[in-house]
Amino acid sequence: MSFDDAYQALTDHDDDARWAYGTGFADPLAGVPTALPAGVDPADLAAYCLMLGDDALIMSHRLQQWVTRAPELEDEMALANIALDLLGQARLLLTRAAEAGAGDKKNEDDLAYLRGPEDFRHVRLAERTDADFAHLIARLLVFATWRLALLDRLAANPDPVLAAIGAKGVKEVAYHRDYAAGWVVRLGDGTELSHRRMQEAVDAVWPLTGELFAAHEVELRVGVDPAGLREECDAVFDEVLRVATLRSPESTPGATAGRDGVHGEELTEILDELQGLARATPGGVW
Amino acid sequence: MISAAEVAAAVTDPELPFLTLADLGILREVRETGDGVEVTITPTYSGCPALEAIESDLRRALHRAGYERTSVRTSLAPAWTTDWISAEGKAKLAAAGIAPPGPAPRRSGPIPLTLGIRDDQVACPRCGEPSTERLAAFGATACRELRRCPACREPFEHVKEI
Repeated sequence: MSFDDAYQALTDHDDDARWAYGTGFADPLAGVPTALPAGVDPADLAAYCLMLGDDALIMSHRLQQWVTRAPELEDEMALANIALDLLGQARLLLTRAAEAGAGDKKNEDDLAYLRGPEDFRHVRLAERTDADFAHLIARLLVFATWRLALLDRLAANPDPVLAAIGAKGVKEVAYHRDYAAGWVVRLGDGTELSHRRMQEAVDAVWPLTGELFAAHEVELRVGVDPAGLREECDAVFDEVLRVATLRSPESTPGATAGRDGVHGEELTEILDELQGLARATPGGVW
Repeated sequence: MISAAEVAAAVTDPELPFLTLADLGILREVRETGDGVEVTITPTYSGCPALEAIESDLRRALHRAGYERTSVRTSLAPAWTTDWISAEGKAKLAAAGIAPPGPAPRRSGPIPLTLGIRDDQVACPRCGEPSTERLAAFGATACRELRRCPACREPFEHVKEI
């Protein structure tokens, strides 16, 4: 490979290792047995993979938007790495959703780039815009704590692919949670200003937590019952907030919303950015 | 003709070119079948972008060694752990100034939360000082963190235990 011309270096491969939509990224589940487990409705499995895949895809996109805006270089790296882990999880989950026959979509790219907002199944916490870094950190603490507890239980799922994604994801998301918890403590137990703004962020994010623990019927049939995660998550939230000298807001019960396709305007903005190029140049190769 | 397994084992990691795939422990199986060579690898992290490059490097190396057809398969379970990095791989990391991983954590029950300063002992790969401090949990790639040695004052990278 020649590095005289950066663009040439990207395109002179004799294989499919290229960089954009439609240019033949290898199937992330290539060679993993695709058989569906007995006794599981493929439509349920596909719907469930979309839920967990969309949580990761949309949260990853919001994190990517922080790159170049984080307070320090180390945090740029951290947020980009967390976003990359989640994008990797999303690729596996969306590929599994397509294998199980999600809609008429053939692969991960179709699912990420060609669905409308009403077909996304992530919890609304994932799509929320962050007013400042404290809001991002509060949201990441809640998201990572909840996802870690969820993936830990997913490792026992009857579907071997979901079980493998769970076992692998636990190792990654444990780091995400520690990163967010560390910042909540640093800001909460910091200056008067940082304490006030971290508390405001926690208060603003908390009303979205109820939804995370509301069970959708598909989750009850083929996945992890999110209601069973509440106790473990609350214990983590209480410990982090206590050490951060922050007040724990009242926990609020919630109903499913994102899991039913109910989303805010914020998702439309995300999809404009995420899908714009793929939709403008269908099947584009470069 | 060199065996396909030897060719595949000698392919190097694109991010850490002094390590082979065998050193890294991501090469799970190499089989020669009537249809060509079938290589099974395991990703280090779910989103590791190096995996695409590793696949094409494997195909290219095997092609050059006379193996016309190669398929690369992914194995997700069991998940990769830094315990699979060979002793030789760990020695190569240290020689390159990157502190190798210690034993991966084992646990039962909920994943413990780490708040504040972690007290894990990572020795400085330059001067051997046994106790160093973490600067950032996320480094240039998903698998590395950034640390600093209080004795020789040098920053260095460490492959995180997972």
